[in-house]
Amino acid sequence: MREVYLDNAATTRCNPQVARLALELMTEDYGNPSSLHRKGFEAQRRLRAARRQLAEALGCREEEVIFTSGGTEANNLAIQGAVAARLRLGKTLVAMATAHASVLEPLRYLEKQGHTLRLVPPLPDGSADEAALLEAVDGDTVLFCSQLVDSEVGTVAPVAGLSRAIRRKNKNVYLHCDAVQGLGKTAFSAARLGVDSLSVSAHKIAAPKGCGALYLRRGARILPLCYGGGQEGGLRPGTESTPLACAFGEAAALALGNMEENSAHVKELREYFVNKLVKIPGVCMNSPPQATPYICNLSVPGYRSETMLHFLAERGIYVSSGSACSKGAASHVLKAMGLPPERVDSALRVSFCPRNTKEEIDVLCEALGEGMAALARSGKGK
Amino acid sequence: MKELILLKSGEIALKGLNRGSFEDMLIKNAKRSLYKLGQFKFYKAQSTMYAEPLEDGIDLDDALARLSRVFGFAGICKACVVEKDYEAIREAAASYLREELEDAATFKVTAKRSDKRFPMNSPEICRELGGYLLERFPHLRVDVNNPDITVVVEVRDFAAYIHREQLPGAGGIPVGSGGSAALLLSGGIDSPVAAYMMAKRGITLTAIHFASPPYTSDRSLEKVKMLCEKLAPWCGKIPLYTVSFTRFQEEIKDKCPEDLFTLIMRRQMMALAETIALKDGCAALITGESVGQVASQTLAALRCTEAAVGELPVLRPVIGMDKEEIIGVSRKIGTFETSILPYEDCCTVFTPRHPKTKPRLAELVRAESVLDIEALREAALEATVFEQIW
Repeated sequence: MREVYLDNAATTRCNPQVARLALELMTEDYGNPSSLHRKGFEAQRRLRAARRQLAEALGCREEEVIFTSGGTEANNLAIQGAVAARLRLGKTLVAMATAHASVLEPLRYLEKQGHTLRLVPPLPDGSADEAALLEAVDGDTVLFCSQLVDSEVGTVAPVAGLSRAIRRKNKNVYLHCDAVQGLGKTAFSAARLGVDSLSVSAHKIAAPKGCGALYLRRGARILPLCYGGGQEGGLRPGTESTPLACAFGEAAALALGNMEENSAHVKELREYFVNKLVKIPGVCMNSPPQATPYICNLSVPGYRSETMLHFLAERGIYVSSGSACSKGAASHVLKAMGLPPERVDSALRVSFCPRNTKEEIDVLCEALGEGMAALARSGKGK
Repeated sequence: MKELILLKSGEIALKGLNRGSFEDMLIKNAKRSLYKLGQFKFYKAQSTMYAEPLEDGIDLDDALARLSRVFGFAGICKACVVEKDYEAIREAAASYLREELEDAATFKVTAKRSDKRFPMNSPEICRELGGYLLERFPHLRVDVNNPDITVVVEVRDFAAYIHREQLPGAGGIPVGSGGSAALLLSGGIDSPVAAYMMAKRGITLTAIHFASPPYTSDRSLEKVKMLCEKLAPWCGKIPLYTVSFTRFQEEIKDKCPEDLFTLIMRRQMMALAETIALKDGCAALITGESVGQVASQTLAALRCTEAAVGELPVLRPVIGMDKEEIIGVSRKIGTFETSILPYEDCCTVFTPRHPKTKPRLAELVRAESVLDIEALREAALEATVFEQIW
């Protein structure tokens, strides 16, 4: 059975070229970058090269890149680290209600510690409610978290404009941006977004899992989550994972180099997909047209997400029922958008990568149609 | 809206008949600094140069940052180009600087009219445009003494230009206009600052580094290369000679009195550096010495080290600066973080416990006479490695 992988927002298949590089770093240049000898020095040079590649992709300086174990750690480091360094400045934290769990949960943890948390719901089409977000920021606000690209419906937030407006209102607010779904999909520069920190993850761009990075603006102050040997400027101690970091750097360079070409291809895929979907009665789109072409959220009201997902998986087609991180719980993003329960319960997220093809979309659409017929007949899914 | 970068030349505007060649050199350096960003067209008129992007999507802020490190400009700014018509100018000012004006609380307008055919004079432009902006942005107040933003209108030969207050340029005169000199680059804080200061006076640099493996590590050499890279935006690309100094240092340690180690070593470094510098066509040596900073930099010690140099002048641009002042410059040019990486360099290998602070030349010459200096120099030069760092 042919595999049709359309869950690239959850994770991607590692590019073999990138995997080979990781293997090389594990079996040949395996030194500890902190070792004084040549083997260590070689590893340090490789790590530096990776840091440069990532800095290039993020539009920042190499010393502004901190490697972490993934997007979750990068978000936690920024959020907890920034708040810990600003205890005396205020207590209010503001974020988008559609944020990823790795942003929401540390915020909720801080709320339990005595901070005030304001989560701002999106506009009905899923895009950021700029006016309400700005309204939520006041003189007591110390942290504002934005999300560059939404992980479930793919809307792109106007982060640069928001950053400017917030700074104008309260210059002490620390601005963090979760760009995990943005890296490689939309052109941005961390410096231009005007944020203090920005998180990205390796496995969303065809690099291995277990690696991420935090852009930390030079001069922005945060405290570390753990203490140790002083690596990564003392903010993320522990021996650097050179294989993963180098793989990440390489994948970021590839994604940056092919960004235009990839975007054009995926845009074409999305248009093709949307045009096919309108011909299947009963299917509705949850992603607004201006969302990133990489993520399409749709609902098949009457058919539960999970049932459809398993039906498709039996045919080798992989999509998701929302963010993979929420493990089947109803989507908080779609709820926050105010969609009716039957749309939320039947949502499917189809996310592309540049390797996907129109034939794969044909297979998906056909299977969706079959599913709607078969599942309706069997009486399941209602 | 068409945007370009205006560059105001500084000191070279005062040059007489040579001014043209200074300006050509300046444009060449400016072009080189933008090479990575894409195609630019450069032209000049009335001691202002114009850098006009020829491709779409060029990051002008990046270009501005790069040009702010090119010596020879007194001020630089990003400007929007409008036709020389007041209506057009005021609309352009309100839309081009909209975000900045919205952010600001106070502003003022200044105008320069070098094209005297323009019907309004400068005070008239200021008054009219100031009034118009107040209408468009009612939250603004005028403050001529300390405004948050200054809106500048320049009516010049080719067009009118609107921009914010200009950023300071790097100052100085164009690198390449002052000949070349060899920099003794150890890897510490001072020598990169010395490099920056001499490049500011138009001097092209060649770096000479002394390495003593295995006493010094690959990392220490990498650090020096990183320093050359960090200096490149200011100084242009820097050729690096790495002299293998191990044998020399071991011999000195074996045969000379301990309290003179550092001085003998420095004398030999200066002599070797001069040989390389002369071969490379350099007209001077540059060091990062500052009087009294360490034992080898007292006046008496400087006299002894200078005596080892035959004909080239030794330039010491940081000679009268305090460490704090030097660190200030080092931070500004971005070499500080690299300079403080904790790797052993050749100056810290075999440091005497009590170095002599008031050495006499005769005493040093006598102490050196036990070394086979010719052979050691020959061997060191033989093992010298040359690299171009960008």
